[in-house]
Amino acid sequence: MSAREEVLHRIRRATKDVTEPDPVVDVPVDWAYGRPLGTEDVIADFVEKVEDYKAAVRRCAPDRAADTIVEALQALDTKSIVVPAGFPEPWVTALSEAGFTLHSDDPQLTHAELNAIDAVVTTAAVGMADSGTIALDHGEGQGRRALTLLPDRHICVVHEYQVVSDVPEGIARLAPGLRERRPVTWLSGGSATSDIELSRVEGVHGPRHLSVVLVAD
Amino acid sequence: MNRRTPEPGSWLGIPEFPRAAKASLQDAEQRKNLTHATTTIRAKRVVRASEVPEWEELRTAAAQIKDRVARHLEQYLLQAEEAMTAAGVTVHWARDAADANRIVADIAKAKGVDEVVKIKSMVTQEIDLNEYLEAEGIAAWETDLAELIVQLGHDLPSHILVPAIHRNRSEVREIFKEEMGRYGRPAPEPISDEPSELAEAARLHLREKFLRSKMAVSGGNFIVADTGTLVIVESEGNGRMCLTLPETLVSVVGIEKVLPTLEDLEVFLKLLPRSSTGERMNPYTSMWTGVTPGDGPQDLHVVLLDNGRTNVLADPDGRAALRCIRCSACLNICPVYERVGGHAYGSPYPGPIGAILGPQLRGMGDANTRALPFASTLCGACNDVCPVRIPFTDILVHLRHKAVEHKTAKHPTGEQLLMKGAGWVMKDGRNLASVQLGTRFAGRVLRGKSLGPMPIPLASRWLQARDVEAPPTQTFRQWWKDEHEGGAK
Ligand code: SF4
Repeated sequence: MSAREEVLHRIRRATKDVTEPDPVVDVPVDWAYGRPLGTEDVIADFVEKVEDYKAAVRRCAPDRAADTIVEALQALDTKSIVVPAGFPEPWVTALSEAGFTLHSDDPQLTHAELNAIDAVVTTAAVGMADSGTIALDHGEGQGRRALTLLPDRHICVVHEYQVVSDVPEGIARLAPGLRERRPVTWLSGGSATSDIELSRVEGVHGPRHLSVVLVAD
Repeated sequence: MNRRTPEPGSWLGIPEFPRAAKASLQDAEQRKNLTHATTTIRAKRVVRASEVPEWEELRTAAAQIKDRVARHLEQYLLQAEEAMTAAGVTVHWARDAADANRIVADIAKAKGVDEVVKIKSMVTQEIDLNEYLEAEGIAAWETDLAELIVQLGHDLPSHILVPAIHRNRSEVREIFKEEMGRYGRPAPEPISDEPSELAEAARLHLREKFLRSKMAVSGGNFIVADTGTLVIVESEGNGRMCLTLPETLVSVVGIEKVLPTLEDLEVFLKLLPRSSTGERMNPYTSMWTGVTPGDGPQDLHVVLLDNGRTNVLADPDGRAALRCIRCSACLNICPVYERVGGHAYGSPYPGPIGAILGPQLRGMGDANTRALPFASTLCGACNDVCPVRIPFTDILVHLRHKAVEHKTAKHPTGEQLLMKGAGWVMKDGRNLASVQLGTRFAGRVLRGKSLGPMPIPLASRWLQARDVEAPPTQTFRQWWKDEHEGGAK
C-alpha cells in the first residue's frame, strides 16, 4: 500500500464514528463571515494601530502624494530605490526629480543587487484597521515578493478607500486575488522579534523601516 | 565525518517527568527566566483578547471549524491535494517521521544541494529532520532567532513559540560569541547583551545564508482546502526570506492543518496572534497558492504527515487535541510549565498541549509518555485560554485513565483504585468541590505541620519528587480567582 493510501485508510478507520456525510450538516459553524466592525472612524483606527507598531504614517491629499512619498524617503536617509512596474508614473517622475537613483526590476534584479538597494516604494492592496495590517497582493505597483523583502526600507502607499475595518472584510477583498493564485503578504508593522527575554526588537530580517503614506480619497 | 551543524541536545537522556521536573526545579536561573517571560506574555494576551468583543464567539467558531475538518479529514485532504496539484505543487504523503525525512532528503539530493534554510516549525522538530539531514550530509540552518539560539547552543527547544525562552540575554551573548563564527559570519566584536545588538548579529549571520540558499524547508500554519493556499505566520521575516528567495521550497505539514475555505482564515488570523505573542497581528503573514512564475520558488513540495495523528483522530474523547494551532497560550498560563520548563516534558511539545498530544501521538508504550498526563494540577487555566477550546482537563483525566489501564491491564493496583476515585472527583464539579472542602478542613487541622510518608503506593512515590506542605487553607481554585481576577478571560 502506498503511503497515501495507507494514511487515507487510517483516516477512514479513525473517523468511522462519523455517519453524516456532509461536513456542513455534521458540524455547523456559528459564525457570520465577512462582518465589518462597528468602528466609528476606520481611518483613524488604522493610523493608530499602524503607528502602534512604530511604523511612520504620513497622511496627505491626493495632490500632495508625490511630495509626501519623497519626504518619507528623505526622512529615512535613502539614496537608491527600486520601483516596481505599475507604480504610478507621476510619482516616479517626482522621485527621479528629487535626485534618487531609481532601479527597475525589468530585467529582474538579482538578490544580491536588491540587497544593496536602500529602499523600495510600493502601492498596496488592502489595509485592515483593527489590526493595523497592510496586505500586498503583489500586483501592479507592488512588485514580486523579493522586492519588499531585501531592501532595508519600505515606503508603502495606501489609499483611504483601500482601508477596511477588520480582518474579515480584508479577507473578503483579497479572496478574488487569492483564488487567481496571487501570492499575498500581510505586513503589520516592520519585522520584529521578541525571542530574547520577550523584549520586542524592531527589525530583524525584513525591512527595518516601514513607512506608510496614506492618501485621502 | 565531521558534523556540519552544531550537535543538538538529546531528548533521549531525559528521564520521566517526575524526575526531570525535580531536576529542572533546581535550576534557579531557568525558573527566573521562565517566570519573567511567561508573566509578560500572559499579561499581553489578556489585553489583546479583551480588545475583541466577540472573542468567545471566535473561539467557538474555531473549535467548530477544526472539528468539521477532523471529522471529514479524508474529504478535505483530497480536496487540498487536488487544488495544490492543480497549482503546480508536488504533494507527498508520509506515514511517519521516517517517510517524511526521506522525502525531504531525496528532494535535496535530486536538487544537488548540501544545505537548506529552515523556518521554525514544530513538525520538523517532531520528526527530528535536522539530524536526519545531517546524517545524509545536508546542513539544515535554523533561521528563527530563538531556534538559532537553540541550535548554536547545542540545546533543545523548551517552548513551542519561543524555543529559547529558558535563556537570558547574557547567555545568548555567550552562545553567539562562541559559536557563530564556527558556522558562518561571526558575531560583531564587541557585542553587548542588548537584545537589539544580538538581533543585529543574527541578521548579519543569517543574511549570507539566505542569499546563497537554494532550498528551504518550512512547516505550515494552515492549508486552505478549496484553493490549495498555504499560510505561514511569523514575526521576524526569516520566514519570508525562506519562502521567497530559494528555488525550491518543501513544506512539511501535519494532516490536521487543513481549513475548508479561505473565509475560515478570518477566524484563525484574529485568534492566533492575540493568543500567541499577544499582538493584534503578527508582523508578517505569507499566503501562496502554488507556483507564481517569476516570483518566489519555482519548485514547490508539500509533505502531508500523519506520524500518529490518525491515532489521535481515532479516539473520539481525545480527538480535540488535533484542533491545536500551536499558539502556546496554554504553556504560558500553566503553573506546572512555568516552574519546570519545557525540557522536562521530554519532547518538542511541552506544557498542557504536550501532556495531551504526546501520549496520543506516540501511544502509551513508554514510561516517559505515560507520565505526561499526570504533569498537571488539573487547575483548568489552559481550558480558558485555548483559542480552539480544547477541553484539557477532560482529556487529561481520560488519558490518566488510559495510562493506568495500560500499566495494570492484568493486576489492579492501589494506584488504579485511586484513579477510580480521582475519576469520581473529576467527573463532576460538585464532587471536586466537596473533596476540596475536605482538604481545606484537613489544612486547618494540620496548619503548619507537614505531611509524613503516606501508606499508599501512589502517594509515597509522588512525595519522592515533591516537598509537600500541609494542605492549604484555601483551594487553588479560590486562590486563582482571588489573585487573577480577569487573568483568564
Ligand atoms: S492547545 Fe490551545 S492554547 Fe495550547 S498551543 Fe494549542 S491552540 Fe494554543
